[in-house]
Amino acid sequence: MPTIYIDNKPYEVKAGKNLLEASLSLGFDLPYFCWHPAMGSVGACRQCAIKIFKDEKDTNGKIVMSCMESVKDGLRMSITDSTAQAFRAQIIEWLMTNHPHDCPVCDEGGSCHLQDMTVMTGHDYRRFQFKKRTHINQYLGPLIHHEMNRCIQCYRCVRFYRDYAGGDDLNVFGAHHHVYFGREKDGVLQSPFSGNLAEVCPTGVFTDKTLKKHYTRKWDLTAAPSVCHHCSLGCNIIAGERYGKVRCVVNRYNSSVNGYFLCDKGRYGYEFVNSVNRITEPLIRTLPVEAVDEATLMNHLKDLVTLYPLIGIGSPRASVESNFALMQLVGKENFYQGVSGDTAYLEGRMTDLLQQGTVHSVSLKEIESADAVLVLGEDIWHTAPVMALAVRQSVMKTAAAQATQQNSLAAWHDAAIKELVQEQKGFLANITILSSPLDSISTIAMRNNPDNIARLGFAIAHLLNAGIPAVTSLTEKEMHAAKHIADALLHAQRPVVITGNSCCNEALVKAAFNIVQSLSTPQRKAGISFVFPECNSMGAALMRASSFEAAAERVRTDNNCTAIVLENDLYRHVPAAKADAFLSQCKNLVVMDGLHNRTTEKAHVLIPAATFAEADGTLVNNEGRAQHFYQVFMPVNTHIKESWRWLGEMKTMQAKASNGLQQHPDEWLAKLEITLPQFASIAKVMPPRHFRINGQAIPREPHRYSGRTAMYANLGVSEPKPLQDDDSPLTYTMEGYAGIPPSSMIPYFWAPGWNSGQAVNKYQHEIGAALREENSGICLFASKTGALQFFKDSPEAFVPRPGKHLLLPQYQLFGSGEWSMYSEAISELVPEAAIILSKKDAADLGAVNGTLIIIEKNDFQYRLPLVIHDELCSGIVLASAGFHGMPALPWGSWVKLNV
Amino acid sequence: MERPLTKNIHAGRQPLSLKEYTTTGGYIALQQVLKNNTPQEVQQLVQKSNLKGRGGAGFNTGMKWSFVPMGADAPQPKYLIANADEMEPGTFKDRLLLEGNPHQLIEGMIIAAYAIQANISYVFLRWAYKKAARVLEQSIHEAYEAGWLGQNILGSGFSLNMHLHTGAGRYMCGEETALLNALEGKRATPRAKPPFPQVSGLFGKPTIVNNVETLCCVPHIVNNGAEWFQSLSYSEDSGTKIYGVSGKVNNPGAWELPIGVTMRELIEEHAGGMKKGYRLKGVLPGGASTDFLTEQHLDIKMDFKSVAAAGSRLGTGTMVVMDDATCPVGFVHNLQHFFAQESCGWCTPCREGLPWVEKILLSIEKGEGKQEDIDLLQMHTQLLGPGNTFCALAPGAMEPLQSAIKYFRDDFDRHIREQKCPY
Ligand SMILES: Cc1cc2nc3c(=O)[nH]c(=O)nc-3n(C[C@H](O)[C@H](O)[C@H](O)COP(=O)(O)O)c2cc1C
Ligand code: SF4
Ligand code: SF4
Ligand code: SF4
Ligand code: FES
Repeated sequence: MPTIYIDNKPYEVKAGKNLLEASLSLGFDLPYFCWHPAMGSVGACRQCAIKIFKDEKDTNGKIVMSCMESVKDGLRMSITDSTAQAFRAQIIEWLMTNHPHDCPVCDEGGSCHLQDMTVMTGHDYRRFQFKKRTHINQYLGPLIHHEMNRCIQCYRCVRFYRDYAGGDDLNVFGAHHHVYFGREKDGVLQSPFSGNLAEVCPTGVFTDKTLKKHYTRKWDLTAAPSVCHHCSLGCNIIAGERYGKVRCVVNRYNSSVNGYFLCDKGRYGYEFVNSVNRITEPLIRTLPVEAVDEATLMNHLKDLVTLYPLIGIGSPRASVESNFALMQLVGKENFYQGVSGDTAYLEGRMTDLLQQGTVHSVSLKEIESADAVLVLGEDIWHTAPVMALAVRQSVMKTAAAQATQQNSLAAWHDAAIKELVQEQKGFLANITILSSPLDSISTIAMRNNPDNIARLGFAIAHLLNAGIPAVTSLTEKEMHAAKHIADALLHAQRPVVITGNSCCNEALVKAAFNIVQSLSTPQRKAGISFVFPECNSMGAALMRASSFEAAAERVRTDNNCTAIVLENDLYRHVPAAKADAFLSQCKNLVVMDGLHNRTTEKAHVLIPAATFAEADGTLVNNEGRAQHFYQVFMPVNTHIKESWRWLGEMKTMQAKASNGLQQHPDEWLAKLEITLPQFASIAKVMPPRHFRINGQAIPREPHRYSGRTAMYANLGVSEPKPLQDDDSPLTYTMEGYAGIPPSSMIPYFWAPGWNSGQAVNKYQHEIGAALREENSGICLFASKTGALQFFKDSPEAFVPRPGKHLLLPQYQLFGSGEWSMYSEAISELVPEAAIILSKKDAADLGAVNGTLIIIEKNDFQYRLPLVIHDELCSGIVLASAGFHGMPALPWGSWVKLNV
Repeated sequence: MERPLTKNIHAGRQPLSLKEYTTTGGYIALQQVLKNNTPQEVQQLVQKSNLKGRGGAGFNTGMKWSFVPMGADAPQPKYLIANADEMEPGTFKDRLLLEGNPHQLIEGMIIAAYAIQANISYVFLRWAYKKAARVLEQSIHEAYEAGWLGQNILGSGFSLNMHLHTGAGRYMCGEETALLNALEGKRATPRAKPPFPQVSGLFGKPTIVNNVETLCCVPHIVNNGAEWFQSLSYSEDSGTKIYGVSGKVNNPGAWELPIGVTMRELIEEHAGGMKKGYRLKGVLPGGASTDFLTEQHLDIKMDFKSVAAAGSRLGTGTMVVMDDATCPVGFVHNLQHFFAQESCGWCTPCREGLPWVEKILLSIEKGEGKQEDIDLLQMHTQLLGPGNTFCALAPGAMEPLQSAIKYFRDDFDRHIREQKCPY
């Protein structure tokens, strides 16, 4: 490790870093704007100036930008040098010549990097006496608010939006002191990562437009570490609340998962918590007055859970704790997964393969650092957005590594690397049903149907491993692609293969598994990633329960059951006829959920369940990583409780005593470990609820929280007692441990002098690396050695069937989420639901774009307008999946189409 | 006195056609090089000739070429670019060469390209040079027709394509790395160095950017040798230089003269002295981005070292003379207006500092100045120095300002004291 001297003191620093990163890692406060830990340096803002000296005798030194100089053994630098300090203050004065100083009305105020840096440099007096330049703001859609006058021209926005995230509709225009950051003309930002602009921009130019509608300063938020519930990746988030409403979601850094960025669904999907469609009170629909108090409810439930055989329907979007609590209540053999048999089967398959331990399930971070990626079938842009962003980084980083092999450029030297790399890309093969924005960075982008994609996968596996049978009758193009891909994977050190269950095709999973298992050697760290449909699909699948169909069969033969449906709209998982039949055959139907839906309508007893924001819980993401989310706020409405709490109370009634029963997440998890060994070590995902640091709990409210005594003065002048959180080491107070909490319990990033989110620097032991004492989740799969088994059953080539089409789901980032749709902003961005056919198939039906097409299977019918996609294979029909109000269609089966 | 670069250029005459160029000895150097010299030999010859870049920075051209990776492993393609952006206020020397004898440049470029084994070349031409664009287009076409450009030139195995690219009219595009970005179709913002263009230049490949005048010297060095080139000058810098004089002189213009003529000779003999009724007050010796010199410096030699020793830069060698009837504050304001407008907007000090400087100067000029304004101007001249800003534009902009405050402080003070422009 090189030693550098900072203001004459020696420090050991990591090689390959720049002086800014080194200084920040050492804990120095050095201001910056244009550098970003995930995006490197470009040297534009000149804010990070320091002095370096030739040797000990050199007292003059020269000013350099710390972000643009590599650490070198023996290097001498000064942060405190008066010239350097004056220059840094001057940079702020220059920036302030045009900055509007509208902090009081600026949404960034109080969590603003520009404010922080201004204070840090000491600049405080305005000498510029002339008019400021002004700009016209743009309408950028429902997610991002634009206020260009505040711009300090650090170029971070365009570097993130274009270079990092691959968007092309945001740019920099003009020159000199009129550079403008925006779109060519007003319009909705097209990138699904646009929300990150609010965090990347160090000022109030780009801010969260949904927050604006119910604005609260960072210092007034009650916040908690949470996990995104909108897809299976489990990105880490911080959600903030005030007055019982979730106000915003921001990124929570986790070096193994989402790093610095979220997708827009994750950032903006939170508003369902505040929805008018929430279930707010218990209902017993068999009573003349349906709304009941809790005592009545419990009394009623007591009979239902003690006098009847119980069955429980779990949920892929409910926490591990809640699913397990239900299993405990109804008994293992009476617990069913709340998904269709097909889904349960495929998810079980994927889970088994990972559990077997012969292939490595990769984290998002590992995907980012992969040096060759193969995507088989899964449309990750829509089903796992941040994974698509990670794949993009892999492509870019691999190209950079190749380009800088001869030309020893440091990894932080972003602009120079981009010059060298030009259009070169790392290896990515994106083999999917429909085109995707990833195609533009793909080495190979191919369209096919799932069976043929799986065949291609088997062919690749065969090329890697002769023990796997060859695939016959591939087209020349497929053969060529298979060779190219096999070759690229073989030459990679960290190849990754991605697939999932959105194609409803087991062969894809087998093919991906074959490839990765063939590639895995002690020298090559190959990895696999399976994308799952929901935030806890993996956690639910790991419980190894039977599917919905088994439950349906059960109530068909036993019509005396009490069924408890946990946070699950069955109509989204199984055809309406099946759901109807099941729900009507339950003697007693207890449904617990957060929002009203078609299933809750049928409930005999409806119980309001807490959403993620009102609950503690654990999710297992697609990788097999368990992560805990903490309650953000305690609802004033005491009817709303976590499902596991309701279920625990029912269990107590059933057992007639609470002795030894679980009441808190840590207890549920401990019990889970014992009950289901596949969850071994999951309890480590959170510290025990009594965990304290120096006897102190971790406050959800920052030290600057205001109005505690006044917030509810309109209701009563005495200050209410702080709410008591018995479930976690977090508290509902400002008081408590003031230092850096364990990484999985960070309610906000905040450090002296660092009020903005960039305070995250202070939480990392090395900039851009892991958080201090990082607990980045608990991986439930361990690698195991053993005899390697391969799948030998490559599917037959896809043959279209006369008069029929294979129906497959088409997911949309905005639209397919069950709950993100309740965010007004997201609902504005949802495309119209449609079915998609190839040109030929459309012509055969005599249909054109917009023609209403009827999908028919047995007596099921559904109608959607047609969109023709030329690249789609003939014989396949895609339909928008999971849209609001849309039932589950018979995915993966052959349907008849009519106009 | 030899004038190798301009001897065949005559005011008012059409540019030399390919035929005329060859009859005056054109393309002999190229034939000679392709037949008899290795690329390394050409590099060495030019290095030995001590040709220094005529684009302003004065770096040894052969040395610059020697940083280009050579041999079979070198990245391909490599590029050679003639910087014909010439937007420095007061500078019009390249225009003379472009409009007068385009094949001289083309031949110089082919030899330079051969020396670094580049197969693609560009002329990056200032947008406003419409005539030069026509002339170059025609001449490049002629050169292709004659086999001086294209595949396998003269059977040597060396191939070179040449393209004319006209800029969009930004001073910044003359800065070599911004030029590269502009050529790539990107914003004309500069790049960080290192890596230098010789290693990672146009499209990330090894690239040499040379000034037009620099490249025009090359055929003559090949024809006549390094010693001859050295012997042309009156100083330790080799060769001739096209010097220019503008301002209130009797005979403004540009002349090719041995490097090292004195400023006095240039102004008094070639430019015919100051116009009647005007006295010389200051001189920007090498274009708008160089420090003022004054009467006391008239006898210094116009070479890189001497001008630097006097506190300025030879720059492009085209001087702007300021007379005593011109208000120095207004003069400098005009310059700063240009620089502020031409700032690319990439780095904070230049983007925000120059408009401030411009506004202060205007307010002083309008009689609204305050004493503190001088401090603010001086603060800028100190903090917009090399290394503090991303590229050399802002430091260049500060040169005339800092020297104006140094030499013409009285004028600034009077403006502020009298709250009006005394001129
Ligand atoms: C703002 C700015 C503008 C410049 N404009 C020109 C120009 O128009 N022509 C030119 O040859 N060099 C210009 N230069 C210098 C070039 O960056 C570069 O040094 C030169 O083209 C190298 O050629 P040479 O080595 O032959 O002098 C400019 C430099 C700066 C900083
Ligand atoms: S809009 Fe924000 S991120 Fe973009 S340049 Fe301006 S201050 Fe920087
Ligand atoms: S990628 Fe998935 S987990 Fe991550 S923020 Fe987006 S929706 Fe949430
Ligand atoms: S000094 Fe900075 S703003 Fe000015 S032209 Fe150079 S890079 Fe652009
Ligand atoms: S952070 Fe170093 S120049 Fe901007």
